[in-house]
Amino acid sequence: MFLITCPYCGARDEHEFGYGHEAHIARPTPAEYEQMSDAEWAQYLFMRKNTKGVHFERWVHTKGCRRWFNVARHTVTHEILAVYEMGKPAPQIDTEKK
Amino acid sequence: MTAQKNRLGQGGRIDRTKPLRFTFDGKTYYGYQGDTLASALLANGVSLVGRSFKYHRPRGILSAGAEEPNALIQLGLGDRTEPNLRATQIELYDGLVAESQNRWPSLTTDFGAANSIFQKFIPSGFYYKTFMWPAKGWMFYEKFIRQAAGLGKGPTEQDPDRYDKLYASCDLLIIGAGPSGLAAALAAGRSGARVILVDEQQELGGSLLSERTAEVDGTSAADWVAGAVAELAAMPEVTLLSRTVAWAYYDHNSVSLMERVTDHLGPVAGAKQPRQRLWRVRAKEVILATGAIERPLVYSDNDRPGCMLASAARTYVNRYGSMPGQRAVIMTNNDGAYRAALDLSEAGVTVFAVVDLRSDPQGELVKAARAKGIEIITGHAITGVKGKLAVTGVDIMPLTADGKGVTSASRHIHCDLVLSSGGWQPTVHLHSQTRAKVVWSDDIQAFVPGNKLPGQNNRSIGGAHGVFGLADCLAEGHAAGSEGAARLGFGAQSGQAPSVSGEPAEGALLPVWIVPSDKPVGQGGKHFVDYQNDVTAADVMLAHREGYRSVEHLKRYTTMGMATDQGKTSNVNALAIMAGLRNVEIPSVGTTTFRPPYTPVTLGTFSGIDKGDFLDPIRKTAMHQWHEQHGAVFECVAQWHRPYYYPKLGETMHDAVNREVKAARTGVTIVDASTLGKIDIQGPDAAWFLNMVYTNAWTKLEPGRCRYGLMLGEDGMVFDDGVTSRISENHFHMTTTTGGAPRVMSWLEEWHQCEWPDKKVYFTSVTEQWSVMALNGPLSRKLLEELTTDIPLDDATFPFMSFKDGHLAGVPVRIFRISFTGELSFEVNCKPSHALHVWRALMQAGEKYDITPYGTEAMHVLRAEKGFIIVGQETDGTITPYDLGMDWIMAKSKTDFLGRRSLTREDTKRPDRKHLVGLLTDNPNEVLLEGGQIVAHVKDRPPMEMIGHVTSSYYSPNCNRSIALALVKNGRNRMGETVYLPYEGKVIPAKITEPKFFDSEGKRING
Repeated sequence: MFLITCPYCGARDEHEFGYGHEAHIARPTPAEYEQMSDAEWAQYLFMRKNTKGVHFERWVHTKGCRRWFNVARHTVTHEILAVYEMGKPAPQIDTEKK
Repeated sequence: MTAQKNRLGQGGRIDRTKPLRFTFDGKTYYGYQGDTLASALLANGVSLVGRSFKYHRPRGILSAGAEEPNALIQLGLGDRTEPNLRATQIELYDGLVAESQNRWPSLTTDFGAANSIFQKFIPSGFYYKTFMWPAKGWMFYEKFIRQAAGLGKGPTEQDPDRYDKLYASCDLLIIGAGPSGLAAALAAGRSGARVILVDEQQELGGSLLSERTAEVDGTSAADWVAGAVAELAAMPEVTLLSRTVAWAYYDHNSVSLMERVTDHLGPVAGAKQPRQRLWRVRAKEVILATGAIERPLVYSDNDRPGCMLASAARTYVNRYGSMPGQRAVIMTNNDGAYRAALDLSEAGVTVFAVVDLRSDPQGELVKAARAKGIEIITGHAITGVKGKLAVTGVDIMPLTADGKGVTSASRHIHCDLVLSSGGWQPTVHLHSQTRAKVVWSDDIQAFVPGNKLPGQNNRSIGGAHGVFGLADCLAEGHAAGSEGAARLGFGAQSGQAPSVSGEPAEGALLPVWIVPSDKPVGQGGKHFVDYQNDVTAADVMLAHREGYRSVEHLKRYTTMGMATDQGKTSNVNALAIMAGLRNVEIPSVGTTTFRPPYTPVTLGTFSGIDKGDFLDPIRKTAMHQWHEQHGAVFECVAQWHRPYYYPKLGETMHDAVNREVKAARTGVTIVDASTLGKIDIQGPDAAWFLNMVYTNAWTKLEPGRCRYGLMLGEDGMVFDDGVTSRISENHFHMTTTTGGAPRVMSWLEEWHQCEWPDKKVYFTSVTEQWSVMALNGPLSRKLLEELTTDIPLDDATFPFMSFKDGHLAGVPVRIFRISFTGELSFEVNCKPSHALHVWRALMQAGEKYDITPYGTEAMHVLRAEKGFIIVGQETDGTITPYDLGMDWIMAKSKTDFLGRRSLTREDTKRPDRKHLVGLLTDNPNEVLLEGGQIVAHVKDRPPMEMIGHVTSSYYSPNCNRSIALALVKNGRNRMGETVYLPYEGKVIPAKITEPKFFDSEGKRING
């Protein structure tokens, strides 16, 4: 059971949160997606990283403030290395060291 | 009082003024308050307590703790019976009923012991080898194998006890209240840190409770423990939990505990306290002071009842005043076992000899034993144990110079107790559960905790850390407690570390992993490694010969380390034997990864109170009481309990539903639709947002008007539907399906927060702020007119797909003219506190029109007659709006909405996808089975090509026949074709039609 620090509420138990999916996947604009092949669209729609190491992902504080935010988590140690608001860029994390 | 023949006259922590009566295999015995079942049985001279799993060998009590592999007990009767409990951990209470396991007809005469005779034919891997062929044979063998499998019997009735769950957090969680844990708790507690100290035993103190001579801070170990516990108990920030096992260590310092709250009182009917309690503790730092487990030596016939761990015998004598035997022989490879020799001898047990595998032990304890007149036979080994149901003696032989064999000069000693000690293995289970590694220590010939993992903030101390001296344990505990508290910002008030004087220095341990016998291993007696699974040294050799040499293969091939004890006494011995066979270092064979639970946990603690009516919240509408009073049968829809139908006296469900469905098209009916999801949407970008989440256009919807919308996932598949109304320019009222409400709310929030955060729009769930009752039927307008003065109900001022605010029966309401039946319909919305009043007023005024309440089944039939879909019934996440034939709802002019791009994918625009169609059976009374598979060509037997399935199917009293909706491949281009539904030996033909069965022109909507 993770301990996740919601940027708005503070540290809470994992059971208060819901997992979304990989973070930083921007939705293509209509102008963009109309130019995209089916394969490229499928890449956006379905394909997600399966990282061994630091993974950027989004979570929602379902049983708290109900706000979405991003988490950088090590998928092997489950260490949570950063928590940051939606819209912020992914922080630099020394993945070598981890 | 019946005499307890092996009870010491004095000493121990039992209360001799409180005798307790118990039965074991139907025979009555007595013990004392403070006994475990094991100590009480031993005090009564009962050493045979069970039969082994595979060979049904007679077995006794090996240990005095959680590691017990043999003494597994069926405890209690009837609905409270529980199998496989360790006698060493069952606290005695008055009236306790215990049974041995895995024997028939009795413990002393067990027919299953025949397995022992045929043991040559059931080696490791027997089941794999024998039952692999022929493949069909398994169906036959399985019955017999299942019957032979398992030890105790699970209860067949419902558990009558209550369980509880609790969440807690602390600065320091200290697991284990032996010397290290107590010292750590004192140091941390004095500094003001919030501490939880847990121990699985009934009393805090751990190994100190088994000490006879040791002194701490100038006082006896027992007095020091009492003082420490009293000091801790007085600290407001310290929580002491005895009878509580820390059974799991999960991520980020989350530790699960099981507290046995009333187990020690026996079955207590109507107890105020729960039986057990699950704790989920989140600690800033965890101190693992879980001690160590003594390893038995692997010698010939080391499983006879009366063979025991040396430290366990010491515990029985010192702590419980209970003698495990009267004439003992001890075999050891280390100095620690001499403590048992000294203490047993002091208590009055005759210790004939200590057989030391080492040639020249010189430790202080060895000298003390020699000084006490105990014979010490060095460089010797026990080569055999005599006796079957109980030990009667041992054979001893001198070891050869290399220690790998024995010479022939044999000596026999009569005894009833054989103790052994092969050194100690730190209890690294919880450390390993954090997913950190363990590493091999040559010094103590055992695995010790390796580096901790980031995010798992813990530290192992004392025995769990491979530190065995009492002074060292106390010092390490004190340091861990004060340093931990300091790291968390607490002051330096931790006081002095407890001191110990005159602790005897111990000599080195000699690793001996198989004690040689006069016959090769595998011939003659059995060298048991894993008692619980009947795995012998010969089995490990067999696994090696057959190529199962890594720890993972060894474990699965021999079943070593499995079952309730998870190899607590056997893992290291098995690994070491395998390492010897492979001629490699022990750690290169591998280590087993420990997983939760440390000891078995009851399922009751997992459910806690979350069972029966408390399993999930039950949601009821404001009119629920009325439905109950009027005989409604209820249906669960998500968490809601909704009226299913309202049977009148003597009516079947079919009768009632037909009556309700007919009334909706001939008179006036009312349905409680409060469970529909409702979301209030406000903000200047609200209309923009609706344009993105629905397929149709919303910008031009006028205030006061309603529109049906279809919501798609970004994959283009239908996700939810409902009617949304524009309250004002920047204010909408969205409705969703009953089950989809939370999902839709999350969906809107996620897109807003993550993709379009700059849009000014706000979503509020108002499902429970509005009660809804829908009037349906040609007479509904007439009825409403009688109860309102300020809402014009004519078609011109109040047209279909609009709403009006006003009053009904004297209270404010909002009425929507929308319809899920195709009839003239008004959905009355009001505050839940007014809902019952409005409902009653409608029922009263409607009496003269024979107003009919209807439930969800009639609602389904009515909408199916009109071909209205239900998301989740006609759709399953693979269905597009085009598949449903809902092209009309797809805005052509919008440049973007969720799912738009996916609808142009090669596959989603295919013209021959599955389409929603109607099905009419040739026989009008035949109602198809929902989910039924559809084929175009019937064959004698499966497989047949399946071209679709039935999604909804009912008898329609308005059509006077059965109707069905179905998804059929290329269905829209198959109109009029006959398809077939093979089902249970018959084939039902049906014709494909349009998915509309009643009023296909839609004329009835205005009454």
